[in-house]
Amino acid sequence: MIIAAGGAIPAAGFSRRAWRHPSFAIGSLLSLCLLLAAAVSLVWSPYPPAEIDIPNKLQSPSVAHWFGTDSLGRDIASQLLVGAQASITVGVFAVLIGFSLGTGLGLLASARRGWVEEGVMRLSDFTFAFPALLSAILLGAIYGPGLTTGIVAIGVFNIPVFARVTRGAANAIWAREYVLAARAAGKGRWRITVDHVVPNIASALIVQATNQFATAIIAEAALSYLGLGTQPPMPSWGRMLNEAQTQLFQAPMLAVYPGVAIALAVLGLNLMGDGLRDLLDPKLARKR
Amino acid sequence: MSVFLLKRAAAFLATLVIASMLVFAVLDLLPGNVAQVILGDTATPESIAALESKLGLDRPALTRYTDWLGGLLQGRTVNSFSYDTPTATLIAERLQVTLPLALMAMVLTVLIGITLGIFAAAHQNRVGDVGVMAFSQLGIAVPSFWFAILLILLFAVKLQWVGAGGFPGWSEDDGGGLWEGTVALILPAVSLAAVQAAVLSRWTRSAVLETLREDYVRTARAKGLSRRAVLWKHVLRNAMIPVLTILGLQFAFLISGTVVVENVFVLPGIGRLVFQAVANRDLVVVRDVVLLLVAMVVVVNFAVDVLYAVVDPRLKASDA
Repeated sequence: MIIAAGGAIPAAGFSRRAWRHPSFAIGSLLSLCLLLAAAVSLVWSPYPPAEIDIPNKLQSPSVAHWFGTDSLGRDIASQLLVGAQASITVGVFAVLIGFSLGTGLGLLASARRGWVEEGVMRLSDFTFAFPALLSAILLGAIYGPGLTTGIVAIGVFNIPVFARVTRGAANAIWAREYVLAARAAGKGRWRITVDHVVPNIASALIVQATNQFATAIIAEAALSYLGLGTQPPMPSWGRMLNEAQTQLFQAPMLAVYPGVAIALAVLGLNLMGDGLRDLLDPKLARKR
Repeated sequence: MSVFLLKRAAAFLATLVIASMLVFAVLDLLPGNVAQVILGDTATPESIAALESKLGLDRPALTRYTDWLGGLLQGRTVNSFSYDTPTATLIAERLQVTLPLALMAMVLTVLIGITLGIFAAAHQNRVGDVGVMAFSQLGIAVPSFWFAILLILLFAVKLQWVGAGGFPGWSEDDGGGLWEGTVALILPAVSLAAVQAAVLSRWTRSAVLETLREDYVRTARAKGLSRRAVLWKHVLRNAMIPVLTILGLQFAFLISGTVVVENVFVLPGIGRLVFQAVANRDLVVVRDVVLLLVAMVVVVNFAVDVLYAVVDPRLKASDA
């Protein structure tokens, strides 16, 4: 996905077009809800999420407990709200790790070509052989499970993803006439990378970052479900699912709410990413 | 063998060797003292020294690495701390569950994903296409382990058609059998395949649509070939190249998914083994299982490279 020569993301009329795009509009609203849930939970939640209240365990939804309570009497709504923090924290940091290192490697590969490019691509292939879960198992076995283990494991797996996308998009820019003109004018590789390549691949990277954020939320939930991610007392949607599984016969809905929260968050980010792709690359949108 | 395949074979072997070094280094070198990690903070210096001696940690790291790798190549592994059984024996037992599960999930993924993708492309912008794309968008958003829990809720809790988990075994002596074993793996395989098929259907649709725009497709249509004939004879083979790439990459996710879903359904596979090993700090089991899973991902991706050459004969002659 490459946009016009020398142009960054087109701004004129963008927001008007954006809100008319169904995928982007729905996705953005869902993502905004996720952000709001996390933000609100920093200052307020109906109950302290870790507060145990055995006499009120496994309550049905009511005015007092919107989604009921779990087997220890903890308020489900409060856990869902605060659980958004873990998803966002892991998502942001895992994407930052992948984005900073992966984009750097991709730009380096594209600017230097030759053995540097070959080396970066082989490194990417190699890292792909270590899905986030396997890295988390390795790190968890030594350093113990936790939020940091999850962030590092997911972030490392994001590096080759960003490296490949960056290299592919950047190589296409390097083949353009205006880059040739810049080289003929005596601009160095790094100057061209900063002035021409980065602004033109920014949209592709933004879309990828959105998708990887969604992937990170699922990965964090899986790690927490297995006990390798977020640890008590911090609530996480994955661990809520793990605890709910022991109560499937008594309180089946406990296994539904956290899953819906994960699915809506991921759906929102994916729809927003799809929408951005269409909005930032109208040529691609017409093809789809 | 073509230059392409030779290069891929070299990269495959190099990846395996480097992966083994990394796994060894992470579990054997980085923490400083493996014996301390295994025994915990309350261990006495004497017990740590005894375990170090038992594990051979007093020998140089290079010797330990070559011994480990040489042993693996000869099918000889050290004993698990928790089970006091060679890790190869433990892994072989657990693979009897994990491999059929991964295979069933992969077959379902390919069948559902490619069929839906072709269907959507052939009905572009019509109701069928929109339906498939909506399914895939939802499928991608749903974590496989949550889908697995929903399947348990429906089929075990509500309908009570199957048990909520467990594996009866393949042998009739254990109370299981081929049929019972296969039935126990159906829900786990479906939960894994649903998500992967959603991803694959999107890629298949894109690849088929892309190929449909090629000049040779227009030529074939101009020759008088029907749309269906063009789709099956010309488009699919060419569209399969990107689809194969995605399949190879998906295998890594499938392996991760298998590890998680085995825990959801309490299946005695590799996933359960490695998590019990993490909980018990059984590092030799963790080391061997992780290397095996990485090797499986690498082998499948190498197989995909070989398939490229079959699907696209141009690659055989090239040094791409």
